[in-house]
Amino acid sequence: MADHFTVAIIGSGPGGLSAAGRAAAAGVSHILLERCDHASDTIYKYQKGKLVMATPDVLPLRSDFDFKMGIREDILGTWDRQLEEHKVNIRYGAEVVAIAGQKGAFTVTLQDKSTLTAEYVILAIGLQGNINKLPVPGAELPHVQYQLDDPDEYEGEHIVVVGAGDAAIENAVALAKQNSVTIVNRSGEFARAKQGNLDLIRAAIEKNQIECYYNSSPARVTEKTLVLRTADGEAEVRCDRVIARLGATAPRKFVEACGIVFPSPDPKALPEVSSTYESNVPGLYIIGALGGYPLIKQAMNQGYEVIEFIRGNKVEPADEPLLKERFKGLADVTVEQVLATIRANVPIFSELNPLVLRELMLDSIVHTPKKGDIIFRRNDYSNSFYTIVQGEVEVRVNPLDDSEVVVLRQGEFFGEMGLIAGRRRTATVVARQDAILVETQRRTMLKLIASVASVKRQMDAIAIVRQIQTYIAPHTPVERLYDMASTAKLRRFKAGEILFSQGDAGDSVHLIRSGSVTVSRRIGGRDVVLSYVASGNYVGEMALLTNAPRSATVRAAVATETVAIDGKAFVDLLGSDPALRTEVEAKFRDRLEINERMERAPEAGSIIQFLIEQGVGEATDVLLIDESLCVRCDNCEKACAETHHGISRLDREAGPTFASIHVPTSCRHCEHPHCMADCPPDAIHRAPNGEVYIDDSCIGCGNCQRNCPYGVIQMAAPPPDKPGLFSWLLFGLGYGPGEDKRLRKVHHENVDKYGKHAVKCDMCKDIEGGAACVRACPTGAAIRVDPKQFLSLAKLGT
Amino acid sequence: MNESVVVYRGFRYLKVATLLCLLAIVLYAFHTPIGQPNGGSWLGYGLGGIGAAIILWLMWFGVRKRRYKPGKVKLEEWLSAHVYLGLALIIIATLHSGFQFGWNVHTLAYVLMMVVILSGSFGLYAYVRYPRLMTENRRGQTLDGIFTQIADLDRECRDVAMRLGDEVNDAVLAAAQRTRVGGGLVRQLSGRNPNCPTLAALKLMQKLAAGPRHDDAGVRKLVQLLAKKDDLLGQARRDVQLLAMMQVWLFIHVPFTFALIAALVAHVFSVFFYW
Ligand SMILES: Cc1cc2nc3c(=O)[nH]c(=O)nc-3n(C[C@H](O)[C@H](O)[C@H](O)COP(=O)(O)OP(=O)(O)OC[C@H]3O[C@@H](n4cnc5c(N)ncnc54)[C@H](O)[C@@H]3O)c2cc1C
Ligand code: HEM
Ligand code: SF4
Ligand code: SF4
Repeated sequence: MADHFTVAIIGSGPGGLSAAGRAAAAGVSHILLERCDHASDTIYKYQKGKLVMATPDVLPLRSDFDFKMGIREDILGTWDRQLEEHKVNIRYGAEVVAIAGQKGAFTVTLQDKSTLTAEYVILAIGLQGNINKLPVPGAELPHVQYQLDDPDEYEGEHIVVVGAGDAAIENAVALAKQNSVTIVNRSGEFARAKQGNLDLIRAAIEKNQIECYYNSSPARVTEKTLVLRTADGEAEVRCDRVIARLGATAPRKFVEACGIVFPSPDPKALPEVSSTYESNVPGLYIIGALGGYPLIKQAMNQGYEVIEFIRGNKVEPADEPLLKERFKGLADVTVEQVLATIRANVPIFSELNPLVLRELMLDSIVHTPKKGDIIFRRNDYSNSFYTIVQGEVEVRVNPLDDSEVVVLRQGEFFGEMGLIAGRRRTATVVARQDAILVETQRRTMLKLIASVASVKRQMDAIAIVRQIQTYIAPHTPVERLYDMASTAKLRRFKAGEILFSQGDAGDSVHLIRSGSVTVSRRIGGRDVVLSYVASGNYVGEMALLTNAPRSATVRAAVATETVAIDGKAFVDLLGSDPALRTEVEAKFRDRLEINERMERAPEAGSIIQFLIEQGVGEATDVLLIDESLCVRCDNCEKACAETHHGISRLDREAGPTFASIHVPTSCRHCEHPHCMADCPPDAIHRAPNGEVYIDDSCIGCGNCQRNCPYGVIQMAAPPPDKPGLFSWLLFGLGYGPGEDKRLRKVHHENVDKYGKHAVKCDMCKDIEGGAACVRACPTGAAIRVDPKQFLSLAKLGT
Repeated sequence: MNESVVVYRGFRYLKVATLLCLLAIVLYAFHTPIGQPNGGSWLGYGLGGIGAAIILWLMWFGVRKRRYKPGKVKLEEWLSAHVYLGLALIIIATLHSGFQFGWNVHTLAYVLMMVVILSGSFGLYAYVRYPRLMTENRRGQTLDGIFTQIADLDRECRDVAMRLGDEVNDAVLAAAQRTRVGGGLVRQLSGRNPNCPTLAALKLMQKLAAGPRHDDAGVRKLVQLLAKKDDLLGQARRDVQLLAMMQVWLFIHVPFTFALIAALVAHVFSVFFYW
């Protein structure tokens, strides 16, 4: 007869641990199942000595386990001690492979085929998934490892890295500096890696810094060698260490097998849970990172709460005080009342479950503007999303005439254009009467759009009409646009994908709502780029106006989303609106002329092509160096280090050059910053002038570094202070201005004290005069440009 | 793509400097001092004061360049002004001297100043001319990339040479192990190395290929590989040369600036206390 418990908790991360602690304290019969031989594997795998952050600071901790900011070892030590003190019933080495049954009678199967039963099951398995192990004899030898903390720890060794993904490449490249490295790739190319890593590994292999075995896989590991199965038989590689980076199996499959549904096939999607953390399977609860709460403290609070919910207790959510704080601008109302009002007044949020709405409000700000207050201005660089809970606002759509306004009322939303395009605001919004507005952060909104279908649907329907009005027909009354808008479809294109080709029949107009495209034409058997078209413009009208096939090929420069408008509807609209027709035709003639001039200046086209290949197409502000002026003095790098805690955020020498334009390794402040995508404490933001920067809440997890395709984020601790400039100038003390790379090796004390955090260019947003690199360049070679303006004939056609 | 120091803001500082010089010349022409023109007249004091102030300000550039303080003015603007005001000194200081030269501390200061200005002028030439040459010479590669190619060629050469006897083997080994790019300042500036072991090896292979071992495929292969390596070495050395050219003049410009300041102090001191 299998053991029986009231609750089975799966996974002993902060979420599961805290749940078990509560269960033990409350005398609930429980078992905590952990697949590893230690608790909290995700944290166990952090770098040695990592400083673990207790973000968000304002959120109170509610758990029987202690947790505050501290070193990994101390935190794990405390937890291990408390596991015993609280008499938590934990079973190690117990990997759960299946959960069956229903509320009151679940059967949990472990890997060793043993089973146990429980009335409730709590899934707290996090998002790390199962690390794939080498499936060969010898895989358990001590010199086979599955992660790499600090590549600088190893020197003069023969190391074999197995795998072809980003982690494998990054490890191999970092290790190759001081070791002799071999990388083993099962296939004939590195198809899974991101572009930056692909370039790195190819270059390293080409330069013989790394040896690569393609189409090979490990056969067995011995003390000193790794035997490979290659296309030409077995090969023996000498090695002191094997690092296998074979990725992990995401937990989704397992979770789905338990009967839990995901709202969308999007790999980022997470299962939906109720306000008591219950999944769609009654009695089966989900907490922690798997439920969409990516921080330790959140997971611990949920662990506590879920047990209380199961015991039938109502607990005030731990975020209650935070929400109170959020709502303190509103007189005398309870949190519950505010949430109810929002739900009643704002249709786009009315279908959200209470937990999601709370979470949303935690990441939102409630504004109470007075009549006449400005909410945001045209050209501000903010990408947040506003909903009107009460009152009215006016959108000033004409930069020249403030009286031309669109009025938005209670329940409507605005700010979605900046959110979608990742660009500056296109209009100024002013409160028309005293109002209550909710401003929701970009990341929260994107998460919501990805996971709740109704939000996306409502938003797109309205956004399309507004985009058409703003970008195509600003003076046409909106009623006249509905017909055309109803024909419109949203289309997504990957970087490099073709929207339409030269010679195709012209059947639609594409309004670029995010991303950008290039227009090119085949001339003398070669594709010549004629122009770069940024978001907020349309393409494809030419063929319709001339009634001829497409005269050029349009290709997405980066991941792009367009509103594809039916050609006939477009022509009909022009027919009914002569003023619009004149405008569109004027633009058409401009474009014809530019195309003609570009055909005669193919160098400009080649430069555009080159810059697009470097990813400049998605930049909002990029550092370029004119090598015909650059005297290679590196004063730009020194200036950066001197103004940014001793670490240069740009590498001048690195990066490609074309026709004397050099693209150094430095942040491009992307329209849709990849670095922001997956930051647990949401520490990466966009400042009002467009700078993408990282604030102090960074926990040093390294996700942004991995996600940035341009390799511009470093993980570093601040180097020690240096003597002042004059003691160096006059007495030669210290290292002189700029980052001294030698310091990187010796400033361990600061790594221990402060931990490593992500550092990147912040475009000197807090420094008067702006970018220090540009200001410090003695010859004017360093410039910062907005591709929207720079990738044009006027700037490049010399 | 961008404005150089020379043309910065429509020659703003060329205009300032020209005006300053014209003013000095006009005053000098109309000024009738007692006796010979010299530094002791009111105009002399005036020009001397302005000159000294400009020199101190020019010197401050070394500090300004390394003080990355906030502010609207770009270093490029400072350099543009530095260049033109520095050149204006030629006229201002010469007029200040009243063309009285001799073997004394006054003329010493003048000569030192001219050395600084001349070196600066070369620097300006280097800054305008060499960056482009450097990029062209790189042909889209990095210096690191060139060195890796060279290392690859070395490995290939040694593989081929292995079977070709001691004479060839030794030459190729020497070429691989003892070839240097850069070195002392003179070597860097020359951009070549007449005693380069790679060149020696190449010559030897060419001789062998033309004579005794003309049908040895290995030797012919080596001629090819070494010639390619020699090309790359030329490219790397040219890179080092250009970089050195852009920096070497500062080794005159800066020390002479300090010497100039010392002489200037002596000059002022002697004028006021011993005159
Ligand atoms: C490098 C890095 C640094 C971070 N730094 C911080 C920080 O400083 N501060 C912060 O607040 N957050 C940080 N985070 C995020 C934080 O680690 C997670 O949010 C947190 O660990 C999530 O807790 P959890 O309980 O949901 O899951 P996890 O901590 O992931 O725990 C899941 C546990 O379940 C076990 N398990 C999985 N599957 C099974 C199974 N089938 N059967 C049995 N057991 C199973 C695992 O072995 C593991 O022990 C960081 C994340 C990373 C990757
Ligand atoms: C008496 C006259 C001058 C003095 C005292 C002077 C002094 C200096 C000093 C102290 C520096 C800083 C060097 C460093 O620290 O790197 C400098 C740099 C420089 N000077 Fe002069 N200078 C003078 C005239 C000139 C003239 C006439 C020119 C050009 C025509 C010139 C061109 C330059 C250039 C190009 C730099 C280098 C800028 C850089 O790379 O940052 N100088 N000068
Ligand atoms: S860090 Fe990378 S991803 Fe983020 S904005 Fe800069 S270039 Fe883009
Ligand atoms: S803009 Fe500022 S932070 Fe960015 S690279 Fe330049 S100096 Fe560094």
